[in-house]
Amino acid sequence: MIEVPKFQESFNYAYIDEFTKKEIRRKTLKAVAVPGYQVPYSSPEMPISRGWGTGGLHLTLSLVGPDDVLKVIDQGSDASVNACNLRLFVKKMANCALTFDTAEATLIQTRHRVPEEILTEKQILVLQVPQPEVLRGVERHEAKTRMMHAEADYAKIWVTLYEAYVRSGALRSGAGHPIMVNGRYVATPSPIPSWDVPNLNMARCLYLFGAGREKRIHCIPPFTRVEPLEFEDIRFKVEEFIGIKCSVSGQDKAFMDQIYADDFSRSWVINDSNFLDKVRQGPRPPQRLFANPE
Amino acid sequence: MGYVAVKGGQDAIENANKLVDYFRWRGRTQPIELDQARTQMRLAVDRAMGEGSLYAPAHAALALLQVEGDTFEAAFHLRAYRATLERRYLSETLNTREMFVIRRISSTFRDIPGGQILGPTRDYSFRLLNPSLLNASLGSIEKFISDLRDEIDPAKLHAMTTYKKVIDIFLQEGLMSRQGRSGEDRRVFDVTKEAIKFPVPRSAALQMLARAETGALMCMAYSTMRGFGMSHGTVGELRVGDVPVRIVDRRGRLRYVGKIRVSEAEMVGGAGRGAAQSPDQGRGARRAAGPRYSIGYGLCFGQNETKAICMGMVESALRNPNPDNPANNQEFVLYHTEVIEGYGFTNHLKLPHYVTFQAGLEGGRRVARMNEAKGKEVTVSAGGAEENND
Repeated sequence: MIEVPKFQESFNYAYIDEFTKKEIRRKTLKAVAVPGYQVPYSSPEMPISRGWGTGGLHLTLSLVGPDDVLKVIDQGSDASVNACNLRLFVKKMANCALTFDTAEATLIQTRHRVPEEILTEKQILVLQVPQPEVLRGVERHEAKTRMMHAEADYAKIWVTLYEAYVRSGALRSGAGHPIMVNGRYVATPSPIPSWDVPNLNMARCLYLFGAGREKRIHCIPPFTRVEPLEFEDIRFKVEEFIGIKCSVSGQDKAFMDQIYADDFSRSWVINDSNFLDKVRQGPRPPQRLFANPE
Repeated sequence: MGYVAVKGGQDAIENANKLVDYFRWRGRTQPIELDQARTQMRLAVDRAMGEGSLYAPAHAALALLQVEGDTFEAAFHLRAYRATLERRYLSETLNTREMFVIRRISSTFRDIPGGQILGPTRDYSFRLLNPSLLNASLGSIEKFISDLRDEIDPAKLHAMTTYKKVIDIFLQEGLMSRQGRSGEDRRVFDVTKEAIKFPVPRSAALQMLARAETGALMCMAYSTMRGFGMSHGTVGELRVGDVPVRIVDRRGRLRYVGKIRVSEAEMVGGAGRGAAQSPDQGRGARRAAGPRYSIGYGLCFGQNETKAICMGMVESALRNPNPDNPANNQEFVLYHTEVIEGYGFTNHLKLPHYVTFQAGLEGGRRVARMNEAKGKEVTVSAGGAEENND
C-alpha cells in the first residue's frame, strides 16, 4: 500500500543507534567500576513495552555482536511468551546465534531468575529490573534515596527488616531480598527468589542489572562480595522446599514451581527449564547447593 | 535439547498476531488509506505526535491505523521509531512570535492587540451526533470548500501577519518580569539523552510535560483547581498555528528546514504565592510595586489545546513546590504522567510472576511453619506481596 520511501528504511544493527549504544556501554562501565551503584542512563524507547524488559534489552543490544550466543529466559523458562518475543527481536536485529543451553550462551537475558547452573567468566547475565531503587519502599523520593546511598545511610531499610521480623518472625518473605554489594552499596538483586541470592556472591560471571523505565543500570562485577542483609542472630534464608520432589525428574535440589492440574491437584516441577532438561538427560550440571541451616 | 513448550510460546505469539489482523479485517470493510487517516483524524494524529515526541504526521497516521486507533500504542510506536533515529542537529529555539496563527485567544483581557481569533475549535459547538456526516462524499467535500471560498471577499483579507503576545501587555505594565527566578536551574537538558535527576532543571520539566500523556496532565491540572492546589490559572494566551524550524548547518549558516504546527499556552499564575520574585526585591518592596504575575508555559505538537493549557497549569504548579499536593511535586508529576512508562508498566502485570509469587508464598508458609512450631498465634501477613518490588 505504501510506496513512500520514508517507510522503507531499515534499522541500525541491534536497533539502537550507535551513539546511544556507546552511551549505554559507557554507563555500564561506570556501573562495573562502582559495584552496586545505580548509574542513570538515557534509556531510549524500545519497540517493546516499558516494564517488559527494556532495561535488559538496552544492555543486551549494546553488548551483542554477530558472534554472540544469546539465551533469554523469563521466570526461569525459555518458553515464556515474553522470552520468545525478546529472543526473536534480538535475533532479528543483531543476527546472533540463539540457544536454550545455559552453558553455551555468552549472553543471557533473564527476568526474575538466575540459572541454577553455575555461570563462568565467559558469560554475562543481564537481569531485567522493575524497580532498581532498593530504598523506594522506605523513601518515596528519588532525590532523597540518592542522598541516602551517597551517605551510606541504610538505617531505614535495617529497621524495615527488623520490623518484618518482629511482625512475622522472618526477615522478609518474598523475592528481591536486599543485598550489600562490595560492602558499600545496598542494592536490589531484582525480584529473584532468595534461592538465587547466594549465587551472586563471588561469582565468576558479570551480572548486569537494567531498569529501563527507571533509567538505571547497576552491576555486580565478577568476584564481588554480595551479602544479603541479615542480622547476626537472625539469618537470611533461602526458600525451603521440604519433602518436595520434581514430578518430572524426581530431583529435589532446585527452585520449584508449583503446578495445578485441571482437577486442582498440586505437583511440583523444577523451575529452570534448561536445568530440568539437563537433569532429565543425565549427569547433573554444576550447581551451587545451598545449605539450609536448622 | 528441545523444550517442548518453547515452540508453544512462539506459536502463541504468531497466532496472537494473526488474530489481531483477523479482528481488524473481519468486518471486511474498505481499508482506510494513510492520507485519509492523516487528514480526517487530524487531532488523533496531533496527539500521537505530541505524546510520541516525533513530528511526523504520516508516520503518526500509519501508527494509528496499525494499532486500530489506540492512542497509547500509537504514541508508543512513534517513540520506538524515534529511538532508532540519530540526532544530527539541534534546532534553534522556536520563536512562537513568528507563528502563522490559525487560532488565538486570551481570557485575561476582553480585547487584545490583533484581536481574538476563534479559529477551528469545537468549544462552542453542540456535542450532538451528526448523522449527516454519513452522507459526505468527495463531491460534497468539494462543494463545501468552494462555497467556503466564495464566502471570502479577497478585498477584505488582511496581509499575512504575525501577532504580538499578550504577555507583552504584562511586561509593559510591569506586572511581570523578564527575569528568571533567582537560583533557578536554567541549563538546557535533554530528557531523551539523559535520565532526569531531582530537582530537575526547568527545561527538563518542560520537555517531560510536552511528551506527557494528555489525560494524565489533565488529571494533574484539574487537581490543582479543584482542591489539591492553590491555583486557578487564567489563559493569558492560547495560540495554535505553524512555526518555522531552523537549524544551523555545519558551515554555521542558519537554515529553514520546515514548519511544525504547535499549540502554545501561556497561563497566568496568581499574584499571590505564584508571583514572580525578583531577587533584589524584599517583600515590602514587592508589595509596593503592585501585583506581579508569572507564566506557566505549555507547548505541544499539533492542535491539542487541553494538553497545552494543562501543561501550563502544571508547569506553574511545579515551580511552587508543595508536598501537600500531587501536582506541586516534581517527582510525582514527571514520573507518573510519562505515557510510555506508565502504559508499559501497568500492562506488564500481564506477564507471568510465578517465581516471584512462589518466593512470597514459600516465605509465608515458612513463617507459618515456624510459628506453628513455636505454638505462637501470630497473624502472618501475605508473603512478599507488599514488598517484592514488582
